[in-house]
Amino acid sequence: MWAYAIRRIIATIPVMGIVALFVFSLLYLAPGDPAAIIAGDQATPADVERIRASLGLDRPFLVRFLEWLWNVLNGDLGVSIFTNLPVAHMIKQRIEPTLSLMVLTLTFAISFAVPMGVVAAWKQGKWVDRLVMVVAVLGFSVPVFVVGYVLAYTFALQLDWFPVQGYTPITAGLGPWINNLALPAVALGSAFIALLARITRATMLEVLSQDYVRTAKAKGVDQKTILFVHGLKNAAVPIVTIIGLGFAGLIGGAVVTESVFAIPGVGRLVVDAILRRDYPVIQGVVLMFSFVYVIVNLGVDLLYTVFDPRIRY
Amino acid sequence: MKRRELISGVAAGLAMPAIARAQGARVLKFVPQANLSSMDAVAGTQYVVRNAALMVWDTLYGVNAKLEPQPQMCEGHEASPDLKTWTFKLRPGLKFHDGGAVTTRDVIASLERWMVRDTMGQMIKGRLDALEAIDDRIFRFRLNKPFAKMLFALGKNNAPVALIMPERIAKTDPFKLISEYVGSGPMKFNTSEWVPGSKAVFEKFADYSVRPEAGEWLAGGKRMYFDRVEWLIPSDAATAGAALQNGEVDWWETPLPDLVPLLKRNRNINLDISDPLGNIGSLRFNHLQPPFNDVRARRAVLMALSQADYMQAVVGDNPDLWKESASYFTPGTAAYTDAGGEILKGKRDIDGAKKLLAEAGLLGAKVTLVVAMDVAITKAEGEVTADLLKKIGFDVDFVATDWGTVGARRAKKDPPSQGGWNIFHTWHAGADCVNPAPYTALDAGGDKAWFGWPKSDGVQKAIADWYDAPDAAAEKAAMAAINRLSFENVTYAPTGFFLMYQAWRSNVTGVVKAPFPVFWGVQKS
Repeated sequence: MWAYAIRRIIATIPVMGIVALFVFSLLYLAPGDPAAIIAGDQATPADVERIRASLGLDRPFLVRFLEWLWNVLNGDLGVSIFTNLPVAHMIKQRIEPTLSLMVLTLTFAISFAVPMGVVAAWKQGKWVDRLVMVVAVLGFSVPVFVVGYVLAYTFALQLDWFPVQGYTPITAGLGPWINNLALPAVALGSAFIALLARITRATMLEVLSQDYVRTAKAKGVDQKTILFVHGLKNAAVPIVTIIGLGFAGLIGGAVVTESVFAIPGVGRLVVDAILRRDYPVIQGVVLMFSFVYVIVNLGVDLLYTVFDPRIRY
Repeated sequence: MKRRELISGVAAGLAMPAIARAQGARVLKFVPQANLSSMDAVAGTQYVVRNAALMVWDTLYGVNAKLEPQPQMCEGHEASPDLKTWTFKLRPGLKFHDGGAVTTRDVIASLERWMVRDTMGQMIKGRLDALEAIDDRIFRFRLNKPFAKMLFALGKNNAPVALIMPERIAKTDPFKLISEYVGSGPMKFNTSEWVPGSKAVFEKFADYSVRPEAGEWLAGGKRMYFDRVEWLIPSDAATAGAALQNGEVDWWETPLPDLVPLLKRNRNINLDISDPLGNIGSLRFNHLQPPFNDVRARRAVLMALSQADYMQAVVGDNPDLWKESASYFTPGTAAYTDAGGEILKGKRDIDGAKKLLAEAGLLGAKVTLVVAMDVAITKAEGEVTADLLKKIGFDVDFVATDWGTVGARRAKKDPPSQGGWNIFHTWHAGADCVNPAPYTALDAGGDKAWFGWPKSDGVQKAIADWYDAPDAAAEKAAMAAINRLSFENVTYAPTGFFLMYQAWRSNVTGVVKAPFPVFWGVQKS
């Protein structure tokens, strides 16, 4: 397994290279000009041209790409065109809120969705099953930002239980940390819960119809053990796959959630950078997201062996 | 635990809310108009950057609410009778945030950087024989032509502002952003807490040398009553509104007009006009490309253009927030004129516009209208323009895009089919339109003019006349000529004058109307 993991990690290098080239080309071809934004509305065209030259944006594509690639290979993601701050520093500033949001959302989503799916499968066709499906359809249908606004209006503005916006680091205490992230995590998790609950239900239905489950029932094994030990463990592979795939969806959703709740995360950083055409920041963040995504997929592949010992790499 | 420790612990616990409140009163949480993405108000002219910079850097002179320059870092000045020699003396005891004394070396380096970027600065540079330090506190401009507006140039609030920074920072290329933010203003910029796109923190500068006079805009004593001013930047207006209602922020610079009725209903929130000088909407033509290289096409648009339509689209039905103005200049200011603006007055003449276009052979001509849809004001203006152009007989190619793209595309002089443009929208702060000096959009110098590259020798001569005007009457006459000739040439189409609100919690006092948020004098209970 370790050899497989190392092979996969090495394989990320060409993947990252292709991502880098793709992102750089896309930004080169996309319209927009950071020099014009820095210069501001009152600047003359000549001023904008001088700023563009001072930023080196008038140099050929290949020169800029190779210079950036060389710097990345040397561990330097560059410096923001606007803030003059190192991109690595800006990502570091933003990574904790985003990771916190992801972790809390995943924890919240898994702890609700998996039991919901299991119970729905167990009570197939009953009111509990229908209720779970209604929740799932709602979760899919209502956009994240609408859920966010409704939650903020109800629980922050009306009931005053949670703050409307912002982020408190975990170092300030678990309570304030959760207090700030509770609404965003629920908003971001709503669609993921729906997806996960439906997949869990479908997979569990298949597992519960297997002969070994019937045998367990005939032997008098209690329902809880059948569902959560025999059933869920064998249904885990597709569920873990969905959790891994859903991670990418959460990254996308985090961009919206971070905007709605004003969380200073990586999602907002990349949106702001795109609007300003802050190329080094966009390239750095996309590269980092790609790396994280590749690593999460590797983690999911390795987890398969835990849930299903027949899988070997 | 001993009895005394227990009692003191309980007492401290009980006192905590009061301590927190007291600390809260020393921190102001402010939502600016936009993200603070850089901190150089000389290399860049973004208003949000200028607003932040005015806390961190001080100016030699500063304008008051009547736009009269008053001494700020300077103790005073002497001007020769021919206005060719200007000698300034710095106040004693001025310090930078890093502890260094402010000297004339810093001033000269700062002014040299500023003169490269600012229109008035360039005017000074163009007639400069020498800018010299007499000693650490006295410096002198020696000019080869009189320059009557020296004090206004040094004290104006329009970007680029003549900010004074340490010599080592001021030596930065004027086209490159500085990366060290050390000034001598009332607040220090806390770089370590700066999270661009989310938060910027300013801390009180204990050694700031406050002038004894009352503070007014950039003039007088800049007394800070806060230890910290935190700029919080929610990217979503609804979130900013909710945070203000919930008391999580104290002051919001520019609430979205759609949210104003909601905020007005909240008795814990005050609303008032933010900037009395307001803004002038702008429909900018490309004078180099057909059809608007023909002045008849530009006049046809003006004949049919209804400022009321634009203003209602931009700020809504509230008549307190907008007015029609047949002028390129800011209504309500001393030199305001609507000379030559008849074309924008009275009933709008769609048929007349069509007839004019037909005469010019331009009916059905294609117009590429580039609209930034991510900016509420330009989106509203663009949609009204698309409707107007169709009504008068143009074939409209509506390019919906973002401001970043408009910013790049408007610099292209190519035909629209090769990535250029015919019309884009923006707006100009009224503070920039009080006279021709800070008003780059009015320049009609052809290739060297602002985007659209209008050319009119008459306008240029009238602007030069204003600069050389010996008195207020001559200035006013020059302004009238500029307005009349700009309408004849249709430098751009003014789409109306509009104001914006600012909103703050009722426990905050001292908020004033100004073209920028004035933090000095503001208090919180």
